[in-house]
Amino acid sequence: MEKKMMIGNAAVARGLYEAGCHFVSSYPGTPSTEITEHVAKYEEVYAEWAPNEKVAVEAAIGASIGGGRAFAAMKHVGLNVAADPLFTASYTGVNGGVVIAVADDMGMHSSQNEQDSRHYARASKMPMLEPADSQECKDFAILAYEMSEKYDTPVYLRLSTRVAHSQSTVTLGTRLDVAVKPYEKNISKYVMMPAKAKARHVVVEQRELDLRAYAETAEINKVIMGDTKIGIIASGIAFQYAREAFGKNASYLKLGMVYPLPVDLIRDFASKVDKLYVIEELDDIFEAHCLKHGIAVEGKAIFSKMGEYTPEMLRNKILGEALPEGNHEDAPVRPPVLCPGCPHRGIFYVLNKLKLVVSGDIGCYTLGAQPPLEAVDTTLCMGASISGLHGMNMVNDPEFAKKSVAVIGDSTFIHSGMTGLTNIVYNQSPSTVIILDNSITGMTGHQQNPATGLTLKGRPAPILDLEAVCRAIGVSRVTVVDPYDMKECERVLKEELDAPEPSVIIARRPCALLKSVKHKPALKVNADKCVGCKMCLKIGCPAISMVDGKAVVDTSICVGCGLCADMCKLGCFEGGEN
Amino acid sequence: MVNVLIVGVGGQGSLLASRILGTLYLNEGLDVKVSEVHGMSQRGGSVVTYVRAGEEIASPIIPVGEADVIIAFEQLEALRWIHYLKKDGAVIYSKQEIAPMPVITGAAKYPEDIYGKIAKYPVRQVAIEADKLALEAGNVKAANVVLMGAASKILGGDEKLWQEALVANVPAKFLDLNKKAFEFGRNSD
Repeated sequence: MEKKMMIGNAAVARGLYEAGCHFVSSYPGTPSTEITEHVAKYEEVYAEWAPNEKVAVEAAIGASIGGGRAFAAMKHVGLNVAADPLFTASYTGVNGGVVIAVADDMGMHSSQNEQDSRHYARASKMPMLEPADSQECKDFAILAYEMSEKYDTPVYLRLSTRVAHSQSTVTLGTRLDVAVKPYEKNISKYVMMPAKAKARHVVVEQRELDLRAYAETAEINKVIMGDTKIGIIASGIAFQYAREAFGKNASYLKLGMVYPLPVDLIRDFASKVDKLYVIEELDDIFEAHCLKHGIAVEGKAIFSKMGEYTPEMLRNKILGEALPEGNHEDAPVRPPVLCPGCPHRGIFYVLNKLKLVVSGDIGCYTLGAQPPLEAVDTTLCMGASISGLHGMNMVNDPEFAKKSVAVIGDSTFIHSGMTGLTNIVYNQSPSTVIILDNSITGMTGHQQNPATGLTLKGRPAPILDLEAVCRAIGVSRVTVVDPYDMKECERVLKEELDAPEPSVIIARRPCALLKSVKHKPALKVNADKCVGCKMCLKIGCPAISMVDGKAVVDTSICVGCGLCADMCKLGCFEGGEN
Repeated sequence: MVNVLIVGVGGQGSLLASRILGTLYLNEGLDVKVSEVHGMSQRGGSVVTYVRAGEEIASPIIPVGEADVIIAFEQLEALRWIHYLKKDGAVIYSKQEIAPMPVITGAAKYPEDIYGKIAKYPVRQVAIEADKLALEAGNVKAANVVLMGAASKILGGDEKLWQEALVANVPAKFLDLNKKAFEFGRNSD
């Protein structure tokens, strides 16, 4: 059998392929995005980007009822968006198997919170598996389909950033030949109105008992005996940290199924070790389960509910070993920044200059909150910029709306900005919304969306017309500006802020990182003219810095957007188009 | 066990570098884990990739003080991650300086004499003009492969396997350029 290095996400995709999955629908979200990108490369599997996670999951459940094996992937906060259909899909169960991958982001490498998705498995009464490396990502995806069809339930596959984005070896198998099952009308199973749902709830409760019994003997819940002074219960990446830290000097109960949890298996393991630790990143879910069943464990009293664990930290907490020394050097931090040539930069400079209150959203442009632009006041969740701005404006006097805007990306607007804009129009707040249309889903690494004209598989698609959508919602003032033209942006912005009705400004220019975008020659600073006034630094371009009191352009990354030249009153920037 | 830390600024090509190393060790018959960085931190932030190879690898993350080699695409990043290097380990870094935003805005200063600062540690340091060598090879973006060439001498291993790993991971149309960059790096010291 062929072996291959794969990141966990690619291995999940391989598992979907081998399991005979027919239908994939997802919305991108770090660290889950690559599952869907990889599965799209298999011709045999239909795969698409949906406008948001709720639509993706509903489409997957529809595909299942229609008879196919279906899948949706999302990040942890995407599961919040998709929770509505999932909680009731728990009642309807499946026809073709359904697997829902959810990737948690411990340490918040690329997220607005670090919620623990295991809560959802319990709350929605559906099983959850958690792989610890790429091979398990593939194997568990295949097992999840078997469980889904055997127990008539969607199955969650929980990942973490470190499992999703770490490569390890995977043994490849062949694709199962799974036929799409015939659709059969079944009102009492698929129409969840009260009388039918009451009957299905009984089925759900019995299923949970059956799954609990399965957890007691499931092969993926493994006991690995070593020294018995220390016993460890762990799953996923936390298991790998524990194994790294203690090796054969401890015994392990590695849980591959993290909901429902076994009781007898844990009790039996507990009886074989002197002291039992639960090592779980984020919340105390295993620990609470043990305590509920009267099994004594050490958990969150010594381990944090925040951030990622490390083997060093585990050895420190359990063995009392000293932590390794940190870095003593004075190294200035290097936060992520808007790229050279980023079309968002000009808008954020103008927002900062006008000292506006900026209701922000989720995307690259959240980085506009960082110095020197500092032009984002709030960031909550996908779409909240628009709805939040409406609330802010409604509780303040009318002058407030003349000093406040919402900023939202094209993909985020389609994801969940349109409903907020409808609310603004319906309830008449004179709010000003800026759609930062960079013609791609940027932060997650350039995914197509309904406004780009291409599907996930690269086929042409109708282009969603943002102006027409805004007008159809009822916004009569819709203006398109080029964010590289800061003067025009400022003029339009002032005009729209003054207007006593809702308005939308679409700042349109494709992401500078897109291969289709032609760059201009890099600019250079005429050192004889430069007086070191630092005006050009105010736009926060990583390509410009001061060397010996003069501005210098890093020509290896400058894309010649010319924003710095517009900032310079002395005309020091030369080359490029000018 | 071999632990290699690859550090740099988001967008400098650490993904390719880590995949070259991953392929190399896989072809040597070792168990390999490589952690990658995707998402927000890719946008010009400080990025770290871990490559681990040995008989059996559990955690994909290298503990502090246990890296055998650090490959840094930028010198401030070499300094930032230096505590990950074990005693007698080696740090190979590009002399390129990229100012982080706090330095650009004037909130912080770019450290002076990084060579001198690293010299205080019981480690070997190799500083090379990776961006200039890459430009000579044909494209400044190949600085990552120049550094891999320099690292190949320190990490050792069959030169043929290195070449195979390079071929397996770079697009065919850039292969000649990257082979040149690798050679320049390998002969840089």
